[in-house]
Amino acid sequence: MTAALHPRRLPLYGLLLAGVSLLLALLIGSAEIPAGDVLAYLVTDDGSVNDRIVDQLRLPRALSAFAVGGLLALAGTLMQVLLRNPLGDPYVLGVSGGAATAVLLAMLLTLPGAWYTPAALGGALLSTLLVFGMARHGDDWHGDRLLLTGVVVAAGWGALISFVLSISPAVQLPGMLFWLMGDLADATRPGVPLLVLATGLLLARLRARELNIASQGLLQAAALGVDTRRLRLELYFLGAVFTAAAVAVAGSVGFVGLITPHLIRRLGGADHRILLPTAALAGGSLLVLADSAARTLISPMQLPVGVLTALFGVPVFLILLHRRTER
Amino acid sequence: MSGLLEARELSVRIGDTTVCHGLDLTIHAGESWALLGRNGTGKTTLLLHLAGLLPTQAGTISLVDGPLHAMTPRARARRVALLLQHSGSGLGASVLETVLGGRHPHLATLAWEGPADLAIARQSLAAMGLTEFEQRSLETLSGGELRRVEIARVLTQQCPLSLLDEPLNHLDLAHQAACLQVLGTQCVSPQRAMLMVVHDLNVAYHACGRWLLLDGAGGWHAGTRESLSDPQLLSRIYAHPIMRIETADGPVFQPGHLVPGGAVTAARSPC
Repeated sequence: MTAALHPRRLPLYGLLLAGVSLLLALLIGSAEIPAGDVLAYLVTDDGSVNDRIVDQLRLPRALSAFAVGGLLALAGTLMQVLLRNPLGDPYVLGVSGGAATAVLLAMLLTLPGAWYTPAALGGALLSTLLVFGMARHGDDWHGDRLLLTGVVVAAGWGALISFVLSISPAVQLPGMLFWLMGDLADATRPGVPLLVLATGLLLARLRARELNIASQGLLQAAALGVDTRRLRLELYFLGAVFTAAAVAVAGSVGFVGLITPHLIRRLGGADHRILLPTAALAGGSLLVLADSAARTLISPMQLPVGVLTALFGVPVFLILLHRRTER
Repeated sequence: MSGLLEARELSVRIGDTTVCHGLDLTIHAGESWALLGRNGTGKTTLLLHLAGLLPTQAGTISLVDGPLHAMTPRARARRVALLLQHSGSGLGASVLETVLGGRHPHLATLAWEGPADLAIARQSLAAMGLTEFEQRSLETLSGGELRRVEIARVLTQQCPLSLLDEPLNHLDLAHQAACLQVLGTQCVSPQRAMLMVVHDLNVAYHACGRWLLLDGAGGWHAGTRESLSDPQLLSRIYAHPIMRIETADGPVFQPGHLVPGGAVTAARSPC
């Protein structure tokens, strides 16, 4: 498909979208704050309630949403190459589930919040190993088998999560549930996830041309001079780290990793040198917008953002699956 | 003069099958080789070994400037191009983007393809009659069109040695002839050589001056087509009667009992 958009300009459009969505997230909310004041609060500090709402609530939350969305989109992009299937996504493949189970266990044991990220990483890596180890056949994988294994492993994590919830004390349950559904209400420290997003994007960008070739299979990539053993390990590891960093901040938010790369490919950005930065920017923007909707749709009540992305993502996934099997 | 590729005492096994035992093969520049044998004799496996994608169990393979196993994957892919039997359709990549993949081993990590790379890719596309297809997504191509894209990528790789696994798969007769013509001029030259797996003996005879036969039990025959196109030897290799009919345009090979129902019984009783 040829798009009217010039593919090389896609990252620029992504940047534009990111700016607009972040600005929107700062401007809207339960408290009505004039736009001019919002911008003023960003640079000056007058100690008012509105100032604190903008600086300490809206801004960190918007940046956290951006980092989480970007991380999930990158994870999805890498997993789709590993699977050679546009249905790859950390949520669908159970990598989010593994990370979420580990964090829930940490919550159950009332470990301090600093443990969540390492726990999420452990769970994500374990889940990745499980899925890709089980679906491996010889030196290559069959994409469909990988996908099925991932779906089944995700169901397994789901059962474990239910188990942990059922034995958890009642006072902890609401917090656990909200976090599980994908919630950014407590995301107040965007620094680490943004850092992971930036460094991860740079690392993945080094492999962008290899990802282009690996989209046609790892054997084909090897024939064109890619060290596939190294590439595969890097993709596992980066995919797990991106997912873990996202889950530790916001719980399991589904389908951002699925939809974002797919949309960008449809706009002509199949080249990973374009796809990776655009996916990071667009995925971030998508979650910022979704989270802005989540906290204003039925204001003053807040929805977990994962509910919104799933409501939007499930039909998209089904349409994609339907179109692929039709061919 | 040493060859582009030299295999010495090469033994390859896959599962319970001995593909070749003690293979000595030298491919010189300017040569065109056909790799022939029954289904399941390990032709593809041997090709993967010669391309350096599988570790050799016994024996050595060297290229002009050193042993194959000591080379980095990138260095190897600048010297040996490999056309796989099956390849994927990719994730939404266009025909041009896919063919440019052939330049990958020639480019630095963060480099973009330059005008020279683009020109090579476009020449390869033109040679395969795909100029109009540049912006098409791979997913919209037919099997034969996809095959030509893959061959165009091998041409774009510009390697001294091309290893081709059934390059004519999915191609109609006209495209088979055109494709052989292109391969014969672009992959065979005073600096270049190719080896292709092929099942049609007539194609093998007319396109390849040298043959490598695998008998499925580790035995092999390598030599000129004249020395190996003996119908008795071929009938033994294929476990099926093969007739060689001499015509004014050279020999024509034909399997015996091309009658429905007849071929199965004939296959059990090689002459």
